[in-house]
Amino acid sequence: MKLDSKIPDGPISEKWDNHRFSSKLVNPANKRKYRIIVVGSGLAGGAAAATLGELGYNIDCFCYQDTPRRAHSIAAQGGINAAKNYQNDGDSIHRLFYDTVKGGDFRSREANVHRLAQVSVNIIDQCVAQGVPFAREYGGLLANRSFGGAQVSRTFYARGQTGQQLLIGAYSALSRQVATGQVKMHTRQEMLDLVAVDGHAKGIVTRNLANGEIKAWTADAVLLCTGGYGNVYYLSTNAVGCNVTAAYRAYRRGAGFANPCYTQIHPTCIPVSGDHQSKLTLMSESLRNDGRVWVPRDESDCPKNPNDVAENERDYYLERKYPSFGNLAPRDISSRSAKEACDDGRGVGPGGRGVYLDFSDAISRLGEDTIRERYGNLFQMYERITGENAYQRPMRIYPAIHYTMGGLWVDYNLMTTVPGCFALGEANFSDHGANRLGASALMQGLSDGYFVIPNTIGNYLAGTGSGSVSPDGPEVKEVLDSVRQRVDQLTSCEGRRSSRSYHKQLGQIMWEYAGMARNEAGLKKAIGEIQNLREDFQKNLHVPGSGDNLNAELERAGRVRDFLDFGELLCRDALERNESCGGHFREEHQTTDGEAKRDDENFAHAAVWEFKGEGDTPERHVEEMDFENVKLAVRSYK
Amino acid sequence: MKLTLKIWRQSEQKDPGRFETHCIDGVSEDSSFLEMLDQLNEQLLEEGVEPVAFDHDCREGICGMCSLTINGFAHGPENSTTTCQLHMRKFKDGDTITIEPFRARAFPVLRDLVVDRSAFDKIIQAGGFISVRTGSAPDGNALPIPKDESDQAMDAAACIGCGACVASCKNASAMLFTAAKAGHLNLLPQGKAEQEKRVLDMVSAMDGAGFGNCRNYGECSASCPKDISLDFISKLNRDHAKAKLKKLFS
Ligand code: FES
Repeated sequence: MKLDSKIPDGPISEKWDNHRFSSKLVNPANKRKYRIIVVGSGLAGGAAAATLGELGYNIDCFCYQDTPRRAHSIAAQGGINAAKNYQNDGDSIHRLFYDTVKGGDFRSREANVHRLAQVSVNIIDQCVAQGVPFAREYGGLLANRSFGGAQVSRTFYARGQTGQQLLIGAYSALSRQVATGQVKMHTRQEMLDLVAVDGHAKGIVTRNLANGEIKAWTADAVLLCTGGYGNVYYLSTNAVGCNVTAAYRAYRRGAGFANPCYTQIHPTCIPVSGDHQSKLTLMSESLRNDGRVWVPRDESDCPKNPNDVAENERDYYLERKYPSFGNLAPRDISSRSAKEACDDGRGVGPGGRGVYLDFSDAISRLGEDTIRERYGNLFQMYERITGENAYQRPMRIYPAIHYTMGGLWVDYNLMTTVPGCFALGEANFSDHGANRLGASALMQGLSDGYFVIPNTIGNYLAGTGSGSVSPDGPEVKEVLDSVRQRVDQLTSCEGRRSSRSYHKQLGQIMWEYAGMARNEAGLKKAIGEIQNLREDFQKNLHVPGSGDNLNAELERAGRVRDFLDFGELLCRDALERNESCGGHFREEHQTTDGEAKRDDENFAHAAVWEFKGEGDTPERHVEEMDFENVKLAVRSYK
Repeated sequence: MKLTLKIWRQSEQKDPGRFETHCIDGVSEDSSFLEMLDQLNEQLLEEGVEPVAFDHDCREGICGMCSLTINGFAHGPENSTTTCQLHMRKFKDGDTITIEPFRARAFPVLRDLVVDRSAFDKIIQAGGFISVRTGSAPDGNALPIPKDESDQAMDAAACIGCGACVASCKNASAMLFTAAKAGHLNLLPQGKAEQEKRVLDMVSAMDGAGFGNCRNYGECSASCPKDISLDFISKLNRDHAKAKLKKLFS
């Protein structure tokens, strides 16, 4: 597997401009001849489909939901970063670039991150023009707030529904193209495999979730905008349908998978309440602007009503340990600190797995109305789920899997190691390194979709002819057959266990051994347990009904099947990365005060896995990460 | 908790459908309504009965994918709540709960509790956007927008497109959904240029998709999980009348 990152020459601030200028263009009359498949309709997919359609390409866009507007980007609450420096507080493109590289614990690709910071300013303009109702100041200008990992105020937001509003912006742009016929939208369709012809991506095979039809679609390029793999942990803040299947199938067809062990645990989620739990709900990180995190100093105070724990009996541990960032310390650090406090026996709520997020100071300083204005919908959401009123009693929060930084390896053009197959947004690996800063996921999805891919895809398309593959060709047929076979295998299994029970069990293994803290023995154990579980799955799975109609059990079984393979890959990657960095915390590598200890000598690279065949050990390749513009340093938020 | 569930079963669009009764025990008060259905489905699997199909995704009240008419109410009896956010503590031990799909002519049932809401997409495609080419936008702060106007637009934009408004309306009208989108865009200066075309096109797409007429019953807003106000319907009516007049005289 050859990893050519195609980073353009020149100083970092000129790379993107140079690259755009030297990129090949497809002339308008020729764009019509190309067909592009976009899988996923979230911020990355929706924005890409809309923009490429507008440019004149023929687009087929697929999503598993009943309409593109439901993609999981919609659930992002807090905001979107942009280096506008509207607050005149010292922000700049370079600072956003720097913060993101540092926040990613020096494991991302500088050139990609710089481009992201540059493009961030255009995103805000674009979204405002589309009618995204960002929060505003009384003077009518756009408002900003601050977010974890940054000391400037550069986050734009729309109440607690920023993801929703940005997605609806992209969805409306997409709808406009659907109306012109430039984009064909295929809803309730799930991609189950990638079609490669002579090593080039030329299409996909989907299953129609409403009627079970399995069908091949051919095109001149395939864009995977299929999000992350957080649901390998079963419980995560992801939508229940989020899955790794599209990315994993591409991996099996030759796309390198980079850094699967980089998972982000979000510090502010509502704790698990019992075995019935099917997903976890995030409370936006923006709450940490006004909420103070604490646990009782003494274990014996944990069962008490929090309002009865005296001020000097509380341990505001983030403020204590990280005085300059305090409650706004980055996500990985905040999460681990919460785990430490609970491991220490000072956790609160059911099972002792929770810490307080307290708004009483903010309420007495700003008044309840201001807090309601800022976070009303979040407080309401909290009350619905827990039955508790957070205006009167501190929230209970605990970390949960939220985002995955790893993903398909891509070059500067966002192309994977399979020519013609691109990965955008959370599905790729390039921008967030080992840890993503808050309000950067929306930025990346839209950047890739609106501004990057429309400029870079020409480099590939101009060099290949259009429309060369027939949907009835032998390569296509082979993929179709293998998908049919897999579906049949699942429905013909004569066991007794539901796919959900396997998914739950896999999640427990992953959370236990590859969650917030990992070590060699645990990861090895996890790999063995996953292999056993997979074997059991093949024998004892039960899927009711058939494959030729709407069958949610079958959908889940297929996704869980891929998660079982992928979970092993994740653990393998975590095992090989013998250092701690960002969201990947190896207990063997920590400082005396429990901070992550990187090993830049041996691990300043992306690990890229190559599929070697069913049951064979995948091969690990590396792309060195060079840091020419940001000095490698110990990440400190003290 | 122990519950009796009367659930709508329908194998496909053409099947006339019927209610099926199932008992379920050991439901936690802390579980959500959909988690209760997950539990039921696991139980049905054990019993060799095909699980009940229902739509869901985010399970946090924002994607609009979950539906269900519960005891006659779209998204259940709790105000401002989607089905996925409805928790079992709102019910009593021993309750009988009736669960049906969202019913409307424009929302055909695909299976059990799953309906096809693509008619909503048609309305948006007709005009629920501002025509702006990617990359051609002026600076975000070039056009200050008074905070209250922008806040109002946000109130309308909060719609999640779930269809509860249609399901709860006697006439299965999509007026609240259409009005929310038109209102969001028409309230903003960026959306003014296309306002007339937008309202005319969206309303005709709505009529064309088989939704009923609005008779101001107000059930839509009462059942809306995001509390979209009826005021937006009045605004759409005004905007629509103006646009029609203008078209007549131009
Ligand atoms: S599942 Fe997303 S709103 Fe209910």
